[in-house]
Amino acid sequence: MSEKDIVLDLQNLRVRFETEDGIVYAVNGLDMKLEKGKAIGLVGETGAGKTTTALALLRLVPDPPGVVECDKLELNGQDVLNMGIHDLEKVRGKDISMIFQDPMTALNPVFTVGEQIAESIFLHEKCTYAEAQQRAVEMLELVGIPGERANEYPHQFSGGMKQRVVIAIALACHPQLLIADEPTTALDVTIQAQVLDLMKNLRKQYQTSLIMITHDLGIVADICDEVAVMYAGTIVEKGTLEDVFNHTKHPYTEGLFNSLPNINDRKAMLTPIKGLMPDPTNLPEGCPFHPRCPYADEDCKKPQVVRNISDSHYVRCGAYDRPGFHIERKER
Amino acid sequence: MADTILEVKNLTKYFKTKRGMLHAVDDISFKLERGKTLGLVGESGCGKSTTGRTILRLIEPTSGEIIFEGKDINKLSNRELRHARKDMQLIFQDPYSSLDPRKTVNQLISEPIVTNKILKTKAEVEERVAELMATVGLAPRLFNSYPHELDGGRRQRIGIARALAMEPKFIICDEPVSALDVSIQAQILNLLKELQGELGLSFIFITHDLSVVNHFSDEIAVMYLGKIVEKAPSEELFANPMHPYTKALLSAIPIPELGAQKERILIKGEISSPIEPGNECRFYKRCNYACDRCRELPALEEVSPNHFVACHRIGEV
Amino acid sequence: MDNNTTKRKYSVEELKKYKKRSMWAEVWRNFKKNRTAMVGLFIVIALVIIAVFSHFYYDYAADIVHQELKDRFQKPSAEHWFGTDSFGRDVFTRIVYGAQYSLSVGIVAVAISCALGTTLGVIAGFYGGVTENIILRVCEVFVGIPSVLLGIAIMAAFGQSIVVLMFAIGLVYVPMYCRTARAAVLPVRGEEYIEAARIAGVGDFGIMFKHILPNSLSPIIVQITMGVASGILTASSLSFLGLGVPLPSPEWGAMLSEGRAYIRDYGYLTIFPGLAIMITVLAFNLMGDGLRDALDPKLKQ
Repeated sequence: MSEKDIVLDLQNLRVRFETEDGIVYAVNGLDMKLEKGKAIGLVGETGAGKTTTALALLRLVPDPPGVVECDKLELNGQDVLNMGIHDLEKVRGKDISMIFQDPMTALNPVFTVGEQIAESIFLHEKCTYAEAQQRAVEMLELVGIPGERANEYPHQFSGGMKQRVVIAIALACHPQLLIADEPTTALDVTIQAQVLDLMKNLRKQYQTSLIMITHDLGIVADICDEVAVMYAGTIVEKGTLEDVFNHTKHPYTEGLFNSLPNINDRKAMLTPIKGLMPDPTNLPEGCPFHPRCPYADEDCKKPQVVRNISDSHYVRCGAYDRPGFHIERKER
Repeated sequence: MADTILEVKNLTKYFKTKRGMLHAVDDISFKLERGKTLGLVGESGCGKSTTGRTILRLIEPTSGEIIFEGKDINKLSNRELRHARKDMQLIFQDPYSSLDPRKTVNQLISEPIVTNKILKTKAEVEERVAELMATVGLAPRLFNSYPHELDGGRRQRIGIARALAMEPKFIICDEPVSALDVSIQAQILNLLKELQGELGLSFIFITHDLSVVNHFSDEIAVMYLGKIVEKAPSEELFANPMHPYTKALLSAIPIPELGAQKERILIKGEISSPIEPGNECRFYKRCNYACDRCRELPALEEVSPNHFVACHRIGEV
Repeated sequence: MDNNTTKRKYSVEELKKYKKRSMWAEVWRNFKKNRTAMVGLFIVIALVIIAVFSHFYYDYAADIVHQELKDRFQKPSAEHWFGTDSFGRDVFTRIVYGAQYSLSVGIVAVAISCALGTTLGVIAGFYGGVTENIILRVCEVFVGIPSVLLGIAIMAAFGQSIVVLMFAIGLVYVPMYCRTARAAVLPVRGEEYIEAARIAGVGDFGIMFKHILPNSLSPIIVQITMGVASGILTASSLSFLGLGVPLPSPEWGAMLSEGRAYIRDYGYLTIFPGLAIMITVLAFNLMGDGLRDALDPKLKQ
């Protein structure tokens, strides 16, 4: 693949928060490359560092207390890492934009939804405000809201409708990269189905790259091309859907799958992962998952390296040094 | 004859609003057998939480009967109600807001025991707290911790311990795991299931998450806008959903397996207003199969043994 | 580990190893970090010590009210730090001795208004409806009357003494606590843990004073520290008008009032009592600010 097709190139991202109660290590060495038009699912539980990663990409981590360090952060070949604040504001919303979890708080209650979409267009594109408003109406229709509702205020919309408006704002300037942070968590299942369907169609239409942050493996299976499983600020396993879902390698990924109730086999007892997420101010030595891992041994307390399973699939687990090691989850 | 612990007959709860009566719960009936679990499923605004709270009379019902172990809960005086509530408990959805932040784990768990004077001496109460903490799997070192120092899973364990403190026979679980991470969710579900087996508890399990309710319930009732639209044993409901809404709901669950996703049945629009809904089928405006007859409210009818559906077009589509 | 539930029973001794930590220790830790608040606290403590010691150190008749007309209107000097007043009394001694009046009036008045106002406010907020309406409307009537005017009316009706002054100021501030408490109770009343307490069988009284009140304390506590400051100010204003602590007691407001006649020639007679009031009020306000920050759970995380 040619270098041009890389939308996002992130190397060795580290984010920590220096608080009075100690240093919170939120993201600890995270690499990510994303091709044009691809969608990657960033999966993990609360506190895995998913949202912090997303904020770091937009350089929105609050500082202080946040400290962001990174070897490389390129968006479309532009170095975002050392960009001045003025250029950065041009990039945000134009080349990269974000959908937040809660549509109720992401919209400003004192402006009409039309104004809020038009604002983004007006700021980033050379056009008159009237043109921007015209475009805003088109965007609304694109996300399935009648254009005449552009003059209404956010409180006149239901949750699912608001999330559509948020999507319209995010896509208004046709960004190269869209980060969606749990975009459907606050919505009902049938509405979630509608919104996911919309996102899938729009993504195809605009060739937008997508980082989908979620805790729901079902959504990833539905909408993404690749999956990265995060635990305690690192990616522990990454690969295509096929790699991760059907040839699971990391014990944590296995644990996640086993914790889910199986819709086809209701009598099966759930197998939770024992223990709790580690305290991010005091991460375990070596592999952060080893205190909860059923396969752990002494070697897991040493720093872990990434192990390539195939071109597309890697896992951060030292247990594969042991001859014949495999996890219990069956290959499919 | 099965041993019925709870029977709800024609339960109705309307709220007065400026724009008219809000039909939160609209004439629903069901039975719960001892030791079994009934899942109450639906999306936000369908009245499932109101149903749970009305059964416990945390909200006064507009009309209907709630017969718990032969007594009509609706007719009890405040004192009798307090007594009856020892047998009926509630586990809350949000373990962050349902625990008093100024109380320690010890105080939280002992509160129901002390206020109801179940045990007299301080030593007995402490014994019981120790026992309950062990039962729900809270480590001894948390004895004097405050809830804000704990994660969601542990807080939910406190909530469960509080509910168990009075040795209830029947517990309403209102979305007990929806605020929790998947790995923790599985821990709590397993705990609830174990407790049910050990203590012979009956549950009403309120949730929007069909995969969870399927795992947990013996019978499932699907609610839409204050009405039960379909009710059947879990296996039957998942194998053979009949109501168009149930079908759409089932197909909307994202399944974490490749190629497992069925063709989604997308339903149009959003849930309509529960204020003065009129006499048409509640699902009429969103239903892909709606016809003229659906302008009249369908009754919940038994279409096959124990499988109840409220739809005019069963068998036609 | 607390999952993989081993169904053993814990012994009570095992649990009791883990000591209870108080919420107040946490508040104190936050409070300590705030330097201006610590300055306020330091001044308040110093004032209390001064008030207590001066009460026993000085003789009221000989040092405080004894007139020495030959020494009148002396400028501040090594002998009379703050000078002497129109009766030849030492201003410094009188100000130091006067601390007990201001502090005791401020603190007792706040205790009265807080106890009464908070109880009413919690009841109003908890029950709502008619009860709330009655309590709030009565409060509004009282708020409608300017506080000094209300104080004057009470003092005039019940006579001039320090005890009446305390009650007068206490009553004046009841509506303020009532409204603060009600406002603090409202969001707490809707919390799920209140419903949880009800399910656990807790009655109205227990819910109000065991669950709601402890969770709505922070604005009330802040109101208390600020209230001491305004109580002192009101007491001084009333004394300034000649309706507070009866003369010749060296209440700061009364001293200010006396000095007013000589403000052109002997400005120090008003400056020093004024400074004393200002420093005291400022100290309580600084402390109140610090407490508010220390109690605010939002700043914790």
